This record gives sequence, C-alpha cells and structure tokens, in this order.
Amino acid sequence: MDVQKVIESLQNEMSQVKDERKNKLSMVIFSGDLDKLLASFIIATGALAMGMEVVMFFTFWATPSLRDKKKKGKGKDLFGKMFGFMLPKGADKVTLSKMHMGGMGTGMMKHLMKKKNVASLEELRAMAIEMEAKIYICDMSMNLMGFKQEEMIDYPGREFVGVAKFLEEAGDSKIQLFI
Amino acid sequence: MSNEIKADINMDLKGVACPMPVIKVSQQIKKMQIGQVLAAETTDPGAHADFPAWAKTTGNEIVATEKKDAVTVFYIKKLK
Repeated sequence: MDVQKVIESLQNEMSQVKDERKNKLSMVIFSGDLDKLLASFIIATGALAMGMEVVMFFTFWATPSLRDKKKKGKGKDLFGKMFGFMLPKGADKVTLSKMHMGGMGTGMMKHLMKKKNVASLEELRAMAIEMEAKIYICDMSMNLMGFKQEEMIDYPGREFVGVAKFLEEAGDSKIQLFI
Repeated sequence: MSNEIKADINMDLKGVACPMPVIKVSQQIKKMQIGQVLAAETTDPGAHADFPAWAKTTGNEIVATEKKDAVTVFYIKKLK
C-alpha cells in the first residue's frame, strides 16, 4: 500500500470533519437539594461569564425549586395537593442534602453564606436569568407532581419542554452535565 | 511595572466570593471599548486561577497584576 496516498486521503477526510458543537453548556438539573442547585447555578453563571450559551433543563426533584412562593396553582387533584404540600415551595425552601438537621444545618449554611458574601440561590438564579440562560422546565414532571404553570416563577423565555428539546440542545453543546 | 498602567475603570470586588468576581468583570468588560483597561481589586483567592482562565477563554488579556497584602489588582485589557 502506498503510505503517501493513504496519508493524503486521510488528510483530505480530516479537513472535511468539522466540529459542529457550539460554545454551549447544557445541564440537566435533577436534584432538588440546595447544595446541588447552588453548584448548578454557579457553573451556569460562570459559563455565561465565559461567553458560553447556557441551557438548564429542570426536571423531577429540581422542578419545585422554580415555584413562586407568592403564587398558587388552581384546580389540583388530591395527589397534586399532596405533592404541593410536601415539596419545597420555591428556592427559599430547598434544603441541604447533608447536615440539614431539621433545618438547623441549612439555616447555619445560609447564615455562613451571607456572612462570607457568597451569593444565595435566588441571587444566582436572578443573575443567570439576567445573563440570558435558557431555563427549561420539564413538562412531564410538572404534570406528574401536579404543578400548574401559573405557580412557577416567570422570566423571559420560560418554556415547558420535553426530553427531545433538551437532547437537541445537548447534542450541539461542548459540555453536558447532569446534576 | 504596573505603575505605568493606567486603568480606565476601577472595580472594587473586595470580599466578593466565587463566582461573582468573574461575572462582574465579564459584565463590566462588555460595556467597555476595545483597548480599554479595567482594574479589578479582589480578595478572592480563587481569582488567581479564575481571572487568567476567564481572560484566555474570552480572548482578553491580563496585562498586569499587583498584590497588596490580601488584595490583588488585576489589570484586564479588553481585546474583543
């Protein structure tokens, strides 16, 4: 075999291979724990500062963290009411995955964060929205847990989507994370 | 060396924790013109790794750093 020819044909092929990935970060936010939500928004706002596009897909236990504590969903069935009662009503109510200790640990952590000038979950989320992160909410989780669209926080570009929408975004992203 | 560098904008980020220093700097740089220099004062130890990483990724340049006790001043020149 002519090595030179093989190399030439390989070079030719390589020049046609283009990286279709965009400078984009796509994340699945699955966890409803305060610590993991904080990590998600720190990474998201950091990526936005680095000039990346950011997509956040909120599903399952992370969904109630996007509830608005001042709003109410109407016309819920028994299970919807139950989930609504048992799951945290907004970012202010989510708790640590460890050392929650009936609220003492989470309270102490929030106190420390304030003292050490670490941005709160609400502040980080507001920053991400201001910097135009795309925040998608999983429609199936909403439906399953009986949440109503009118009880979720509102922001520009809010969309209730399914898994295909996330995969489309993740498919051409440089970085994909599941948290 | 850094005494010769004149900053167009000064930013006080003392006491501000990760990820805010990088976010505030990126927002400020967006408002500036190419060639202008931003002097960012920070006490965040992570900034020593974060600012160079941010500058490299976004195509801007850290032209000098100045350390005074716990405070470090990063002189960031907008290139893009």
